[in-house]
Order: sequence, then C-alpha cells, then structure tokens
Amino acid sequence: MPLKTEPITINVGPQHPSTHGVFRMRVTFDGEEVIDVEPIFGYLHRGSEKLAESRTYTQIVTLTDRMDYVASMTSNLSFILSVEKLSGIDPSPRGVWLRMIAAELQRIASHLVATGFFLQDLGTLGTPLIYMMRERETILELFERLCGARITNSYMRPGGVFMDAPDDFWPALDRFLADMPHRIDEYEDLISGNEIVAVRCDGVAVVDSQTLIDASITGPMLRASGIDWDLRNRQPYEYYDRVKFNRPLATASDNYARYIVRIHEMRESLGIIKQCLEQIEPGPVRPESVPFLIRPPAGDSYVGTESPKGELGFYLVSDGGVAPYRCKVRAPSLINLTLLREMLIGDKLADLFVTFGSIDINMGEVDR
Amino acid sequence: MIYGFGLAKGMGVTLKALVGPSFTVQYPDRRVGIMGAAKAAGISTPSLLFKHPIKALRAVLGFEHIAVMPTQSSRFRGNDFTWYEDRCTGCASCAKYCPLGIIKIVTLPGGINMQEGESYAIETFDIDTGRCMFCALCVEACPYDALHMGSEFERSNYVRMDLVLTKEDLIAAPKHPSTWFRPQMEEAGYSPFAEALEDMKKAGRHETPTVDELTQTWVKDRRTDEVVED
Repeated sequence: MPLKTEPITINVGPQHPSTHGVFRMRVTFDGEEVIDVEPIFGYLHRGSEKLAESRTYTQIVTLTDRMDYVASMTSNLSFILSVEKLSGIDPSPRGVWLRMIAAELQRIASHLVATGFFLQDLGTLGTPLIYMMRERETILELFERLCGARITNSYMRPGGVFMDAPDDFWPALDRFLADMPHRIDEYEDLISGNEIVAVRCDGVAVVDSQTLIDASITGPMLRASGIDWDLRNRQPYEYYDRVKFNRPLATASDNYARYIVRIHEMRESLGIIKQCLEQIEPGPVRPESVPFLIRPPAGDSYVGTESPKGELGFYLVSDGGVAPYRCKVRAPSLINLTLLREMLIGDKLADLFVTFGSIDINMGEVDR
Repeated sequence: MIYGFGLAKGMGVTLKALVGPSFTVQYPDRRVGIMGAAKAAGISTPSLLFKHPIKALRAVLGFEHIAVMPTQSSRFRGNDFTWYEDRCTGCASCAKYCPLGIIKIVTLPGGINMQEGESYAIETFDIDTGRCMFCALCVEACPYDALHMGSEFERSNYVRMDLVLTKEDLIAAPKHPSTWFRPQMEEAGYSPFAEALEDMKKAGRHETPTVDELTQTWVKDRRTDEVVED
C-alpha cells in the first residue's frame, strides 16, 4: 500500500540568506519535487522612479547607484546616456573611454559576485566565493581611487565623468589586468572541470531559446541558450564599435551554461579594457559647456545598454524643466525573474536556489 | 577523462592558496612577532630583549599588537566633512544641490563673509550626517571650495543627535579634506593622511574672493539677467 502524500507549501524568504535580498517564493512541493512557485517581490521598493521626478538630473545619478548596487557604474552609464540623448550633449572622448573602462570593470565585478553566490548556493561552502570576493576587492579599490567610493560610485556626469583618473590609478589598473587572467584560470581549474558541479548543474533548469525570447530575457541568460544578442555589438553605444570583442555563447541553456558564459565574458571584458587603454588620449573629461543644472528640451529618450545582467535602459520624459516628468527603468533583474516558475517546476528542492542564483538578480534593481 | 581529475585539480588550487600569501587585511590592529614589535618600537631586536623583556615575551607568545593604518585613496569620500569658515560666503549652493536637503544654513547680515556685495555672518551650518549618503554633490556645487569631504570614517555614536555636525563641530574638527573634486589639491600633491590642511588659502582654487570678484561674478551678472520688461 503506497503512502498517502499531499503537497506542502513553504514560504522561502523574504529574510532568507539564499534569496539574495528580500525576495519571497511561495513554493509548493510534492515530496522533494517543485510543482508550483509564486514569486513575491516589492519588499525593497523605495520609489526611485517617483523620487526621480522631484530631483535634478545630476541628483538622480545618486539614485541609480542604489538600484543595482553590485553594478553601480553600469547603472550610472545607462542613465547618463539617456540624459545625453535627451539633451543633445556631445560627451568628451576621454570621458567616454573612462566610462567604458569603469563599466567593464564593473561588469567583471558583477559577474564575480554572480558566479560566487551561485556556487555558494550550490553548496561550495565559500571557497570560490571568497576567491572571487578577493578580486572584486581589487576592483573596488580601483573604484575608490577613481571616485572615492566603492559601491555607490556616482562617478559619471552628463558629458563625461566628474574628474579625470588620478595618476596612481593607471599602474594599479595595469597590475589588475596582468593578474586577472591567472585568477580566472584559477576559477576554471577550481570549478569548471569539477565533476560535482557538472553533475549538479548540467541539464538543470533548461529553458529553450524561444521561451527566453518570448519573455524578453536578455543578458548572459539569453546568450547561454545560443542567441547572439549583445547590445554592445547590436546597437553600439559609447565607443563599443571601436573595440573588438567576442560574445561568448553556450547552447545548453542550463545552469552550467549560464555560469560558463559569465566566466568567458570576464575575459572579454579584460580585452575591452586593454583596447580602451590603447585608444584613450589626454583631454578634458567633460565639456565645459555642460551646466550643473541641465534643462533638456521637451521630449523623451531611451538608450538600451548591456548591463551585466541584461538590457538596462532608462526611459526619460522631459517637459523642459530641471527634473524629468517621468522616469521608467527597464530593469533586467526584474524581467529575467519572470521565467522563474517555468525554470523551477519539475526540479528538486536542492536545485531551487542554484537555479535562482544562476539568474543573477539584484533585489535593489527588481524592486527599485 | 578520468573521473575525479577535475576534483583533484580544484584541490590543487586550494592547496596552493593554503601555502600562498594571505590576503586578509587586519584592522584596527594586527599581531606581531618579536621582530615586528622591535621594528614598531624603532629599536633593534636584541635591545628590545634587554630593555623591554616583558614586551618581548608577549611578542613571542603572540599577545603583542600594533595599530594598522587604513589604506584608502586620497579621494575617499569619508564619513565626515571639512569646512573652512573663512572661505564660506553662506551662498547655500551646497544646501540647494543636496539631494536629501540635510544641510541647514542660516545667515545674518553684518558679518565678515561676503555674499552679493554685502557682508554676512553664518549663524547655523548644520549637516545631518545621519541621513547623508555621502554623494558629495554639495562639495561639487561649492563655488568657493569652502566645503570638502573629510577622510574620517570611524564616526559611530550612541546618540543619533551627535551625528548632526554643527558649525562648532566643523570648526573644531581637524582639517583632513579629501581630494574629491579638488584637482588643485591633487596637483599640489596633498595627501589627507600625511598632514592636516589648516590653512584655508591652500584649500581653494584661488585666494579668498575679494569684494570686487564677488560683485563681478555674482551681482552684476545676475542683475543684467534679471531685468524684466513689462
């Protein structure tokens, strides 16, 4: 006689260490198998989009820091590009190169955090996470030399960046660029060939590419399914059309593919920084003509940028005043989260957090 | 591929890290051996043994600690502000550009600081650092380089009201301005950790503004702009 069983519903979060912030999943299990997931978010809602309507464009830069707080530089960049398009500001070349260097460093830092916490969720007890935090620390120290802050940078301004890099930044960046490829090799030795990681990740949470496209998923998640979609290449912003880089792709679209795409993207980012260093020239970092208080003409603008997590864009509507009439953020974390139910159903309890970690979300950006 | 080869390779990486250099940063103090204790005291190891035998014994047993200075960039936006009263004209640009509105300035006519051709006394200059997010937009907005970010970061308190930096606090505080948005200080090679910058003339892009400069840059420009034709 079989045992009589019934589904059990568990609330995971909002105060759970593996949900990467205040995120709540109401999961229904049949034994150990997930049969239903209901994501509940909004615990970190701070009303950034509404707050932006009462602040000037320079002041909103501080709000964008706090949206995706592990990738502040790319958030800054996306907002600044939208403001420049709205007000027709032509940025200084040196400022643009500095912004690209900062954004690519931030991409490496964000991928390090994503991979480290993904492996932490997998149960690696911290070793890869601590290794990756060590390199992230180096990047944050570079940011501190650049702009005096480590997380909430507020580095970029309409027209360029607020100040040129100090003299001691360049040797430190060279040391980092020389050191980092060995570190990535170290991660690959540690994780990529590991049989336990392979068994736990291969073929888990597979989503076919058409579903991903239909759900407008972007970023490493989409590239892990074999779709060559990178906005740096498809709609080049800044000077990304002047640098050469590959788009690492994987075809399996499982958790391991999402991990390996991020590892390879870090190498490409290092290559982009090296090309930026070759092409950067002395000069002003922002045009003198850009005032502190910007009054763009009435109109709207949207620039999609490739943030570490996917397509990030700010839709700004101006009525000619000092503050935007409306600010809407296309947050990749939120949109990549929409397929969570499809990814998790049929998986085991132990794969729940691994899959969740492989999406790489940031609750500050999901809830804004 | 032999099963288990990847595991062994990963174990090799961790073993290498076990014998490699340590990346841990010790703060606020770190443990030193007998040679480190002698170096910190500025004497040779044998003289430490003879002159301070108890200290040497503590160092051998691993109880001796020396203070570690924080390593931070000179642009570091600390938990603190540096303010030069003589440079400040009370124009309240910083209060206006603060995204949170936490700077409170009250001025009185008839003081020593010049604004729009008249002399003002700054009665209140409060910064509520309990709500501050240290974005440094106030520092960027200051036209006379009177307000700078500080380099201090150990500012924990038991009372929330102590987080409000008043005018008296700012005057009494040691002046270690950060070089954030102050290129003239970087050009001069100033480091906030080496020495204090008490001289307000060295802190700015130029000397204290004169009455002529102020009337030229502020009053005259503004008056021609604000002529309203009916």
